[in-house]
Amino acid sequence: MTTLILKTAATYLMPLLLLFSVFILLRGHYLPGGGFIGGLIASIALVVYGYANRIDRIKQFLRFHPGILIPVGASLSTLAAVLPLFFNQPVMTGLWLSGSYPIIGSIGTALLFDIGVYFVVVGATLTIIFSIAEENVKI
Amino acid sequence: MLTAIIICFGLAFFFFLFNKDFGERILKWSPLLPASLLIYFLSKGNEVRQGALQEFTPWVPEMGINLSFKLDGLSFLFTLLICGIGTLVYFYSVNYMKNHPHFIRFFSFLTLFMGSMLGLVLSDNLITLFIFWELTSISSFFLIGFNHQDKNARKSAITALAITGGGGLLLLVGFVILGIIAGSYELSVLIESGDLIAESIYLPIVILLLFAGAFTKSAQLPFHFWLPDAMRAPTPISTYLHSATMVKAGVYLLARFSPIMDGEFYWNEILIIVGGTTMIYGAVNSIFKTDLKAILAYTTISALGTMMLLIGIGTPAALLALAAFIIVHALYKAGLFLVTGAIDKTEKTRDLLALGGLMKHRKLLFAAGLLAAVSGAGLIPSLGYHGKHLIYESLYNEHSSFLMVILGLVFLANIFIVCASFLAGVKPFTGKIIAEQKPVNPLSMFLLIPPLLLGVGGLIAGVFPAFIEKNVVLPVYQSLSGKSIDPAFHLLHGLDFVSILSWLTIIFGLILYFFFKPSLHYQNTLNHLSKVSSRNLLKELIDLVKKLFSTLTHLLQNGYLRYYTAVILVFLIILIVFRMYTGFGIGFQAVEGTSIRFIEGVTIFMMVVSIVMTLYTDSRVVSVVALGGLGLGMCLLYLFFSAPDLAMTQFAIDTLTVVLFVLLLRNLPLYLNKVDRRLNIKDIMISGIFGAIITLITLEVIAVQSSREISQFYAENAYLLAKGKNIVNVILVDFRGADTLVEIIVLAVAGLGVFSLIKLKMND
Repeated sequence: MTTLILKTAATYLMPLLLLFSVFILLRGHYLPGGGFIGGLIASIALVVYGYANRIDRIKQFLRFHPGILIPVGASLSTLAAVLPLFFNQPVMTGLWLSGSYPIIGSIGTALLFDIGVYFVVVGATLTIIFSIAEENVKI
Repeated sequence: MLTAIIICFGLAFFFFLFNKDFGERILKWSPLLPASLLIYFLSKGNEVRQGALQEFTPWVPEMGINLSFKLDGLSFLFTLLICGIGTLVYFYSVNYMKNHPHFIRFFSFLTLFMGSMLGLVLSDNLITLFIFWELTSISSFFLIGFNHQDKNARKSAITALAITGGGGLLLLVGFVILGIIAGSYELSVLIESGDLIAESIYLPIVILLLFAGAFTKSAQLPFHFWLPDAMRAPTPISTYLHSATMVKAGVYLLARFSPIMDGEFYWNEILIIVGGTTMIYGAVNSIFKTDLKAILAYTTISALGTMMLLIGIGTPAALLALAAFIIVHALYKAGLFLVTGAIDKTEKTRDLLALGGLMKHRKLLFAAGLLAAVSGAGLIPSLGYHGKHLIYESLYNEHSSFLMVILGLVFLANIFIVCASFLAGVKPFTGKIIAEQKPVNPLSMFLLIPPLLLGVGGLIAGVFPAFIEKNVVLPVYQSLSGKSIDPAFHLLHGLDFVSILSWLTIIFGLILYFFFKPSLHYQNTLNHLSKVSSRNLLKELIDLVKKLFSTLTHLLQNGYLRYYTAVILVFLIILIVFRMYTGFGIGFQAVEGTSIRFIEGVTIFMMVVSIVMTLYTDSRVVSVVALGGLGLGMCLLYLFFSAPDLAMTQFAIDTLTVVLFVLLLRNLPLYLNKVDRRLNIKDIMISGIFGAIITLITLEVIAVQSSREISQFYAENAYLLAKGKNIVNVILVDFRGADTLVEIIVLAVAGLGVFSLIKLKMND
């Protein structure tokens, strides 16, 4: 299934899409977007790249198994949820840094939480797709 | 006190970090832990005599759950036993478990167990008490199943956990009801508000639930069978479980509650009947066993029955006798178990029929066994003598004909106990040396000193009983009744009825011992009789449940994905239709001012075409592509109705779905199977009904206007409370962030599930 056009396009699309997914993730609190959509876009980016070349090329690119992202993401989100406890506030209270940044707006626990969601989505989606793809290779 | 418990738990986990060599060197010193705890609690003795010692640390104060601890007479007695016997058990185990591959793990579990037990008897809060209660069940599960390669050990551990843990859950229900009645989970508050509890209509339920917890833990009939099974544990563990901990927890609990429950709703009657039956059952069974540990296990059951009986009688004399008997039993039972362990270790057998004449080489061990047996039998001047005398006295002095009958039963049970004590503690040492015995293995000092200390201690305590009475027994009574009482121990009693009864017990018991020859024959007959026992009932119940669910699983999960989908959809249909039928009427309301725009019409037409194509194509590739088209149409619709977030998500999901399908296509047959008409009709019906219901719900949602309030709230507060302008995202990460957290965990589990399932299949 490797065609030259797809292969060439994917080489350029993948970094662009990844960047786009991060953009979508960061602006989520103010404009359409967020961790879930961002994660899905990032997965698509990597899967398209894998399709155009070979699935193990993604692994070479990532240098680790995407499953690792699952616990990382879940821990980040949990951390965002329990962080307010250390400031004597109930779980899941939003904490915000003062100051405003372009695209992101204010930085707070909500963003950390969304980043966690992003990682879990990428990790879980890629793990599922890789497992199925690898099984096909073996058969 | 909290510190003591935390130290135990901390060390239990700390031990795990040791490597084998270092662990073995350092754990030689582990007896210092219970020993130092013993010294700590002993040093509080004076304060306990004057009243209780309390400690309070809030834990979840909003829910009334606190780490509150109280050291009063009753707790003091139990802490002394836990730490005192604990010291000997640790000391003994250092040698007994030597060269065991899981030497370190053993001490880790043992320390965990000791910590939980201490917590249990010190807790002054019902919820913390429950937590420690279940912790003892869990840690004893590990200890009983310690030799995990042994199938029977695993089975016994599971039985013990199921029974004691299950009883614990019932206990929790009782505690919660008690907490609601009294408005507090603090035990000291509960004891104060006895009247409030006595008036409550829920009292019978509470009492029955307390019994459920205590009877399972303390191996009362018909839940007794886990205890003899638990002898699969290494002998030091059996010693600890039987003498000072675990099984005494139920006794402790009921004794603790006896001040408020005494005289209420058949409390006394049930205790006397259950305790009495257990006492006789255990005593009679004990002498027919040939395994030394089995004999001891059944005498423990009998002793526990006696304790329950004494709580049931509930008079001051009975409570005093209870306190004394708990000490007596702990000392002699620990002694007998430790002697048995030493025999087992050196002779490699615990079979009574294969043992004999050990006295020749094991004079000191024989002395320990003899002293323990003498105390168990209640011969003067051992401590057991005082225990038995107090029990008889408490029954006799009430001058009630009912209690005289009970006295007769206790007398009968004690005859058997005398015989059983001698069978376990003396029989292996006397008689001829049995020829098939292997040459004598050396006996380590570590195995000899603890039982000898217990024996000598019991003897000294028997000769000078006033010391123990003043410092341990009387405070127990004081903590239960709030009153003090005169000492009652005397070394030599007059020739009254009770003394004569004491002597008769011993004489009859010894006659039984000398004329009774243990043999396998009796044991087999007894096993035959116990076909209809609670153990078998439980086993059959478990088998039945297993069978039921295996049938159910085969019925619902036959391996066809389409069948799973159908089951889920049918279940949902039933649920929703039921709710619609009972809950709300369906209101059709034409939403005014809406008409379909041209571009929407085109999109919907496109989607209908996709659906038709999906259904009627013969190629899987075409149907996958058509499904993708349907999803894109959906995306457009979201966009038209200004939901860009949903549109983006839908788009991404659809892309990934198509990718997944394409990956899987290679494994599926090329053409769809549409031959089976009946299956088709069934599928069409299910999906048709489901679609209709979803449509109805959607219409209902539009018709019901009340839900606007919620969206209004989100719209107004998104920026104020959560500093976000994208309401969808604010809902996801803030307002309903907990939902999202759970959802991503579900996603994570799903991802890992697919991964492990496929890897598993590939490895086959």
